[in-house]
Amino acid sequence: MSEPRLDLTASPHIKGPDSTPRIMWSVVASLVPVIGAATWLFGPSALLVLFASSAGAVATERLFGARNSLGDGSAAITGLLLGLTLPAGFPMWMAFVGGAFGIGFGKLIFGGLGQNVFNPALVGRAFLQAAFPTAITTWPAAGQAWGALRGGNFALPFMSAGVDAVTEATPLNLMKFDHQPTELLRLALGNTGGSLGETSAVLILLGGLFLASRRYLNWRVPASILASVAVFAGALWSIDPARYPSPLFMLLSGGLMLGAIYMATDMVTSPTTNRGAWIFGTGIGLLVVLIRVWGGLPEGVMYAILLMNALVPFIDRATQPRVFGTRTAKAAG
Amino acid sequence: MSGRAAFRHGVHPPDSKELTAHVAIRRMPFPEEIVLPLRQHAGKPAKLLVGKGDRVERGDKIAEADGFVSVPIHASAAGVVTDIGWWPHPDGSMAEAVRIRVEKYSPQVPRPRLVPEWKGLSPAQVVQAVQAAGVVGLGGAAFPAHVKLSPPKDAEIDFLLVNGAECEPYLTTDHRTMAEYPERVQFGIRIMMHTLGVSRAVIGIEKNKPDAIEALRRTLPADLDVTVLPLTVKYPQGAEKMLIKAVTGREVPSGKLPMHVGAIVQNVASLAAIAEVFETGLPLIERIVTITGPAVRKPSNLIVPVGTKLRDALDFCGGLTDDVVEILFGGPMMGLPQSDLDTPLIKGTTGVVVLNEAQSKPRVTYPCIRCGHCLDACPVFLHPSKLGQLAQAGRYEDMEASNLADCMLCGACSYVCPSNIPLSQMFALSKNLLKKQKVKAA
Repeated sequence: MSEPRLDLTASPHIKGPDSTPRIMWSVVASLVPVIGAATWLFGPSALLVLFASSAGAVATERLFGARNSLGDGSAAITGLLLGLTLPAGFPMWMAFVGGAFGIGFGKLIFGGLGQNVFNPALVGRAFLQAAFPTAITTWPAAGQAWGALRGGNFALPFMSAGVDAVTEATPLNLMKFDHQPTELLRLALGNTGGSLGETSAVLILLGGLFLASRRYLNWRVPASILASVAVFAGALWSIDPARYPSPLFMLLSGGLMLGAIYMATDMVTSPTTNRGAWIFGTGIGLLVVLIRVWGGLPEGVMYAILLMNALVPFIDRATQPRVFGTRTAKAAG
Repeated sequence: MSGRAAFRHGVHPPDSKELTAHVAIRRMPFPEEIVLPLRQHAGKPAKLLVGKGDRVERGDKIAEADGFVSVPIHASAAGVVTDIGWWPHPDGSMAEAVRIRVEKYSPQVPRPRLVPEWKGLSPAQVVQAVQAAGVVGLGGAAFPAHVKLSPPKDAEIDFLLVNGAECEPYLTTDHRTMAEYPERVQFGIRIMMHTLGVSRAVIGIEKNKPDAIEALRRTLPADLDVTVLPLTVKYPQGAEKMLIKAVTGREVPSGKLPMHVGAIVQNVASLAAIAEVFETGLPLIERIVTITGPAVRKPSNLIVPVGTKLRDALDFCGGLTDDVVEILFGGPMMGLPQSDLDTPLIKGTTGVVVLNEAQSKPRVTYPCIRCGHCLDACPVFLHPSKLGQLAQAGRYEDMEASNLADCMLCGACSYVCPSNIPLSQMFALSKNLLKKQKVKAA
């Protein structure tokens, strides 16, 4: 036998099928139906906003990120998720700035992929909410002509949005300020006013199921968020159904589904332990109900997640599993 | 027993055993040369008894045990000692070894010997006979078998746990042993129960070996309390601590041995080897190995003389395909890579797995994305991702504080890591560095 050339590597010598790019691009793929729904509901404006926010995120990652870090797909996710939290008529340049800010100040400044504390998409959104409070709450009405732009997508930087948009209050706005509930079926299917990806609870849930089945997201996070929202909202509702919204309304409206399934489950910014995931999700659910019911804003998912993001290192530390065979280690000191 | 036939966590690599699971064991002809390292077992290496030019018969002792945790080594073929010197060892180092040129036309019949009648022997005499036969654990660690037969007086052993899990992908050594020699395994169990004075034995076998389960169930002794427990197929089910957890629900305390929870664990092939001592009187001079993998032309289960060179065993299996990349002694999860085809298969060699380009390609490493998959994989509940960061920072003492000692290098964390971070590999290195530091400090 001729002498073969042999590798010498340390064990293990085989590798499971998962890879970080595969996880990231699967998340992107699972968003396609949601993006499709947004386009169906809001017309070309949806694609314009998503394109702008993704371009901002990707360009920033390309310019300031590690070499070849675009291939891992994480910047694309940040851009898309940010875009999905924006209204359809949002000016593209603002969406671009949001994407750039999310990647730059939400991720790269911490050291890039895996190092950031806060969900970069939500950092971008928080920035946009602070910088452009009017534009980000200008919700175009559903059911306009499909091809019509839903607002000043092409507005130039720092010029007022010159296009008159037909707007509609979101279900949460109606609830908060006018005390007017929205039909639940419309919420589930998504043909209400709201952000691009806030609208179709069913499609988001399907995407989440796909990811959870591949263990690309920890199902305990959305499960505990939704359960805790249902429990806390249900408790309030049972005290005074006239004053507080029903738990189903709470679950299906606003950014809760998108937040619970796509934002809170960001692996980098959520706990690594399963016990931690339950605590993290429950905390988010509680904060969402608190902000929505008693806060000054109609929607609280973004702040709820960002606040709990900050607690993740502590949650992780507190929920370390007990090492095998150390049942009495603590007692023994 | 309150076990649930599985431990928590672990991984599910494809078992890839179909290559050899149903291939009957064949006996390999004697090669032209046998190389016997003096270090083939855990403990002190054996002390040389022969010199260059000596003629030895098959089964003759060529090196003797050096102390209690040591075993003798026997010639696995009749021939002439041509050289004693450094030779490549499966662990990657060079070790002192005896080279024997095998006599071509020898009938290879061992000298006549007394077969010990186990019934008349006291436990101490059984222990002595097993040590004299050079039997070690054949599951990989090569721990001298007689040491497990003589636990310290104060240990309360209440059962024998027979390890037929064979959770490493590809390997079918134990599987074929159980399927083809169930009576021998049962006989080994009987001797071990007699010697340990325990009244109960449980045979744990992963469910992917139904024929082995069936064979051992069929041959269960009527007069002993021996049961077969089919186990969940999961890696590393065959690790002692995991097996004990699966069968009894008990956790071996960190840093302690199975006997602290009343168990002695022995692998099925080792039990068959113990049985052979009392069936034939022959010492451990041959063993069953699986030679398999996508780059082996004719994957086989073979009986080989101990000391057969890798090259000869591969040749007998039809040789290698051209896309061979890596040759391992042991399975793909914990096996040792081999660089030299002249390396001998020794007592502790469970199998040879030859991987090709498809299995063993270099992978890009990404930053840790905190997915937590390694935490869900680690069978001893460590935090591999954190340990990995400490290793990269060179903080070995902090790793020790984070229970690095409990890591058994099973490789589950590296297997699942989507970012291809070489976690287990770094832990092996860190453990080595810490060991060296301690030697230096002492």
